Amino acid sequence: MDSERKFLMGNEAVALGACHAGVSLGVGYPGTPSSEILAYLNHFGGKAQWSPNEKVAAEVGLGVAFGNGRAMVTMKHVGLNVAADALFTAAYSGVDGAYVLAVADDPGLASSQNEQDTRRYAVAAGVPLLDPSDSQDAYDFTRLAFDISARWHIPVILRLTTRVCHSGSVVVPDVPVQNLPAPHFTRNIKQRVMVPGHARPAHRRLRQKLKEIERWNNDEGPNREVLGDGRLGIIASGVAAQHAAEAAPDASLFKVGMAYPLPVERIIEFCAKHEKNAAIEENDPYMNELLKSYGAPLTVMPEYMRFGELNVARIRRLLDGAPEPEHAVPPGKPPGLCKGCPHKRTFELLKKHGCIVSGDIGCYTLAALPPLEAMDMQICMGASIGMGVGLRQVLPAAEARKVVSVIGDSTFVHSGLTGLAEMAYNVPPTGHVVLILDNSTTAMTGQQEHPGTGRRLDGSPTGQLDYARVATAMGIDNVVTYDPVKDAEPFEAALVDALRKDSLSVFVVKRPCILAAARKGAKG
Amino acid sequence: MTINVKIAGLGGMGVLKSSLILAEVAFQEGYDVKKSEVHGMAQRGGSVCSDVRFGNAVKSPMIPEGAVDYLLLFEEADMPLYQRDINETTRILRASLIDAAQLPSRKSLNVAMLGALSALLSIPQTRWVDAIHRLFPDKLRAANDGAFALGFAAGKEFL
Ligand SMILES: Cc1ncc(C[n+]2csc(CCOP(=O)(O)OP(=O)(O)O)c2C)c(N)n1
Ligand code: SF4
Repeated sequence: MDSERKFLMGNEAVALGACHAGVSLGVGYPGTPSSEILAYLNHFGGKAQWSPNEKVAAEVGLGVAFGNGRAMVTMKHVGLNVAADALFTAAYSGVDGAYVLAVADDPGLASSQNEQDTRRYAVAAGVPLLDPSDSQDAYDFTRLAFDISARWHIPVILRLTTRVCHSGSVVVPDVPVQNLPAPHFTRNIKQRVMVPGHARPAHRRLRQKLKEIERWNNDEGPNREVLGDGRLGIIASGVAAQHAAEAAPDASLFKVGMAYPLPVERIIEFCAKHEKNAAIEENDPYMNELLKSYGAPLTVMPEYMRFGELNVARIRRLLDGAPEPEHAVPPGKPPGLCKGCPHKRTFELLKKHGCIVSGDIGCYTLAALPPLEAMDMQICMGASIGMGVGLRQVLPAAEARKVVSVIGDSTFVHSGLTGLAEMAYNVPPTGHVVLILDNSTTAMTGQQEHPGTGRRLDGSPTGQLDYARVATAMGIDNVVTYDPVKDAEPFEAALVDALRKDSLSVFVVKRPCILAAARKGAKG
Repeated sequence: MTINVKIAGLGGMGVLKSSLILAEVAFQEGYDVKKSEVHGMAQRGGSVCSDVRFGNAVKSPMIPEGAVDYLLLFEEADMPLYQRDINETTRILRASLIDAAQLPSRKSLNVAMLGALSALLSIPQTRWVDAIHRLFPDKLRAANDGAFALGFAAGKEFL
């Protein structure tokens, strides 16, 4: 039986929890720190697959849930920006089976472009959000998320953070669910076709469900209260609750398990038992703002609480009202492109020819750092093409001709296709040049497969997207493929030529990531 | 009481693997264990570290400032990064403790460092050897046994 204790990483505990909750399909797009969940799910015998991006993953998951199956969709925090369109209206329609989004925030930006807070999305979309603090919570709350979703027919967010995903702790699993109804489709046009006439009552239904869930959370939600000596009460959720328990062992702790809808009544009762109360949270002061609006007597926290991860020492300072020390820890050795990385040559070339490089996200973003410093902008996945085209639309011709968009293969499939359509549609006066860096993997996040690699998550073969034919089909005339190392000279000559011409060019720069190649070699 | 071990080095040195083994060993001993690390950029040669904490009941997965009991330093140049984590009683095990010339392979430094640590903790040797055998491929068994013994001897001297 599964009831013995195990030592599991947070992501592993989520995968096991999903298995035991009877997940029919796990689907997602990689992104640190969420990436390992689906590989673990596959390892535990669940069905798991990568989608081209988070929006598609969310939509596939929705189909599963509309068919009375149980879906889990995984992504990092910024992935929810991409998937949000599906989520906001799925909150209205509701679901039949169960629909859980595991979304991983990255306070402190260990490997991200911003510190956005997924709890704000829960409020904005109107979907319940659970906030686990360690692997046991991650396991329990994953199962609870499926239960809540099935009970109230509502999407549920399981909000993770870097320290929960990438910490290991002891888990005692529960008995797996059994005898779930088999997936089947029941027609219900009013509930699933969100035209205005159907969406208006759906919005009212959603608000009613949230009221019920808030009641449930106050009465029997996954929140824990440990009473101390009565002087200080701490309200905390996620890993911050673990740090707080260590930083202030004599204080009372209200550990919030479901952060939206927040159990406000319970928290206000808790506050009344203490001389002083403080809400400790990573990222935005979400609980602080909300609780204050209900008149909770909370000590005002310094602004610095919202920057970076919390830890025991920082929480002690927060509770003492002390400032942050000025001297920071010296930075460690920064990461760089691997020796022999295929991206290196390409950026050396762009630098040599004085290009203005509209960049994107992936290993190749490291080319923006010294010594190469050969990327001029990077904002979000897929932006390289749009930003490059925009620059070409306004810059004087001589300068515009230097602009190049550079995008990785996984990123191109994720959100570069529509950028390419824009380029072919609103052709800039000087044309444009796009480089698709095809290293046959999603290297940045740990070498996951994607629709351009010809393999699925479990390594099995499947169809393969052909970048050159896609570009040609979009009406781009000059589409060429080079190996940046083997074809160094013709590649350079063709690039120089393309920069001079006032037309559209797409280069597929094809050479495998050395780490992915080594891994495949080791496996096969 | 909680024992706090920090393992630090550069990506590719096996920091995360050795912290996994240590956590597994402590877990098998019946302790409450927490382990925390930051990946992401780790594989591309940047500085990496991992915290392993074990005892009766561990709360935070991260070792509080100044509370490291054992620091395993695979990359000595990175010492300044961990100045805030140590105190006067912290035992610092440096890579130079191990005679690199005698290591069965360069890759086995992490196992040798665990061998050194094992000499300072009261956990039976069989636990360590079991975990190492379980968590590495069979073909590395001989090299790892050699590295572990080398580290253990160095740790005994350090004691
Ligand atoms: C919306 C969103 N989802 C996921 C990520 C995480 N992420 C950053 S880059 C990247 C893909 C990198 O793959 P690729 O473009 O092929 O470049 P490579 O790293 O292989 O060079 C991922 C998954 C993100 N930053 N934003
Ligand atoms: S992991 Fe692959 S793509 Fe990333 S830097 Fe290393 S070789 Fe380059």
